[in-house]
Amino acid sequence: MNQAVATTENPKDAVVRCDACPVLCRIRPGRAGACDRYANVEGVLTRVDPLVITERAAAKGESVIPFLAGSEGWNGSVAAPPPEAVKPAAFVTGIGAGTTYPDYKPAPFIVSSQYDGVDMVTVVTEGIFSYCGVKVKIDTDRHLGPEQAAVRVNGEAIGHVTTAEYGSQMLSLGGVHHLTGGSKKEGTVTCDAMLALCNKQPVTVQIDGGAELVIQSGRPPIVNGVPEARMRVGCGSATIGIFAKQWLDHADEVIVVDDHITGVLTEHQAGRFLDMRLSGIRVRGRKSTPGRYFQVAEPGLGWGGTNISDPLEIIESIDAKTAWPGLRLLMVSTTGEHSAWYVLDDALKPQPAPMPAAVVAAVERIAENCEPSLCTVLFMAGAGGSLRAGVTENPVRLTLSVKDRLTRVTAGGAPVYVWPGGGITYMVDVARMPDNSFGYVPTPALVAPIEFTLSRADYAALGGHMDFVVQLDDVLQGGRLSRQGQRPDNPWPVARPDAESQP
Amino acid sequence: MSAPQAAWLASPGGARRLHLQHGPIDLVIGADGAPAATAAAYDAAWARFQDILVTLVGELALLRQPLGQAHPLLRGPVARRMAAACWPHRDAFITPMAAVAGSVADEILQAMTQAAALDRAYVNNGGDIALHLAPGQSFRAGIVCNPDHPHGDAIAVLDAAQPARGIATSGWRGRSLSLGIADAVTVLAENAALADAAATMIANAVSVEHPAVQRQPAQLVRDDSDLGALPVTVSVGVLPIFAVREALSHGVRRAHDLRRRGLIQAAFLSLQGETETAGGDLPAGISQQAVG
Repeated sequence: MNQAVATTENPKDAVVRCDACPVLCRIRPGRAGACDRYANVEGVLTRVDPLVITERAAAKGESVIPFLAGSEGWNGSVAAPPPEAVKPAAFVTGIGAGTTYPDYKPAPFIVSSQYDGVDMVTVVTEGIFSYCGVKVKIDTDRHLGPEQAAVRVNGEAIGHVTTAEYGSQMLSLGGVHHLTGGSKKEGTVTCDAMLALCNKQPVTVQIDGGAELVIQSGRPPIVNGVPEARMRVGCGSATIGIFAKQWLDHADEVIVVDDHITGVLTEHQAGRFLDMRLSGIRVRGRKSTPGRYFQVAEPGLGWGGTNISDPLEIIESIDAKTAWPGLRLLMVSTTGEHSAWYVLDDALKPQPAPMPAAVVAAVERIAENCEPSLCTVLFMAGAGGSLRAGVTENPVRLTLSVKDRLTRVTAGGAPVYVWPGGGITYMVDVARMPDNSFGYVPTPALVAPIEFTLSRADYAALGGHMDFVVQLDDVLQGGRLSRQGQRPDNPWPVARPDAESQP
Repeated sequence: MSAPQAAWLASPGGARRLHLQHGPIDLVIGADGAPAATAAAYDAAWARFQDILVTLVGELALLRQPLGQAHPLLRGPVARRMAAACWPHRDAFITPMAAVAGSVADEILQAMTQAAALDRAYVNNGGDIALHLAPGQSFRAGIVCNPDHPHGDAIAVLDAAQPARGIATSGWRGRSLSLGIADAVTVLAENAALADAAATMIANAVSVEHPAVQRQPAQLVRDDSDLGALPVTVSVGVLPIFAVREALSHGVRRAHDLRRRGLIQAAFLSLQGETETAGGDLPAGISQQAVG
């Protein structure tokens, strides 16, 4: 009681921020949040009225039935809610399970549990993956290096630059040739780099003929020491398409500088459509369609992913018959990061001028529409090899069962994408896995958690190690357990695999 | 942070209902029709429910601002429903939050009826209810004046021929704060959002100055209240009958005003055992009969 008085005497310290739901109420002592379910009791966030509705329902003699995928005629097309909402439930992940190399031994944990009235078996192991790699998507339009160029860590090639995608550059790292096909040092460095990336740690890489990068899952890339802030809104031509109408009254010509497609407003379809007068300004490069130009400069770290630092360099000519003194020219990059304002003088030479407020606002509008840049790290591995023997005595049946969606594959409880075609080659976003899920062996190879979940009957049918099946409760009573909450954006791994689409 | 949750509620001999909950939002949902249609509708409700709260919270600061001359520019579909429903009431103090419960109900109901052809459906968001009625169908809704002593004080019968597809109830005893002293004001309107906003405004109008009525600035009663320093009712002692009648008459006047403007179909007001109705065709819609 005395303590309660003490905390209310100092209410500022005692305000509790409730993080039970996205409303994030700030709750003062003795008060409840917007939901009336959580309250500040003497400075401690407390659930005061668990499930008002269900209690009331019970009082009226009504029963509460768990709402689960597949039950009560539910067609299962909706993911089940996090099961702890319905009943305490646990899923054993492969993290720390240990491995069974060589693989003819049964997997470390073959766990039986009930889900939705069906006996489910989860085969839990840590796979040793010689065949594995990392796909990195880097949200940037800066030129990171030529396609196919080697990506190096401490001078060793660990992968290469692959395709450029929308607003981003893909890197393909690791793979069996770097892990085991090159020198011993190359294999070790590749393994270390992949391990760090998969464990969501930063890695510095150099690209032959390109940039030095720091990449880390879920963080902006750092290109040559500069953190990337935003993706571009679109290519130069798309930028014109989006904003042409907003520029109409403020500029006579807008050139959006872009390494891929530079746009020239008055010549572009968008400008023609708005009846804009042609400016006669012609940019360098190769004309694709009216107002759209390829290769106006070399790729680089300047304006719009080109090597340009003075935008006037990309202007090839100004047609004296078409242009006019006083013509107002905006040059801007696809992120709004670079911009310049010019007015043509009597000799039709662009002269820098202070940018009008309306144009500043238009440039800022481009920046506002650019999404935050991130690095995304997908781990890709083939579970089609010998680790299947830890699951079943007849490995190809496991592969077929995965293909038939009778067996669900998860990695540390996170959903995976299983590639069509042969083998069990899957990809998983490491951001959705628990921290430090990965390990390595000096082979070198990566060790990653993998779980196969299927019904007990299906498991027996594919030649599973039925003698080694243990009950979930027995596993939970053992020591050496780390319990973690299921991420709300991951589907519950034991839910029927046929009810879920790939992530 | 908790994710949206779902559970079936079932009553012996009665149809099961879907309960969706996320943070302060509690929905009880029922759908009648062919089994495949109701299954699809429940599916659609659950799918639509996923980002409702997150999207609302993203614009919460703007939604808590009083409406003024400028219609607020909101992006979320529920937020836009809220602003639209409250906009006609902006001559008095109102924030879009006055219609949050009804707007959520309307949004979920729309997802259900777009997904499947249903005979009947309702989405009950803490007493603010969005209804779907196929031709020839009807609903009976009980009205409880005092949640501390719940018994059916009246029954509203809504049939498909009438325009009302929303029911909402407001009063000082409810979860939201009220400027007025009504035990309950129940409104029938074209949709739940309009009913919600109108019920709030009529309940605010049911007011009288009397020593038995205690008020406090809203921000002292509830943190993060959108009502700021406005005095909200925290307790109502026993009032003399003339004070009850006076308070109700203010509310009835507001209700008639809203009815003339086409914003509501009918209203049922109660304060300390006295009840009033507004709406010429109301007796057909609400029949006062003791069921408790």
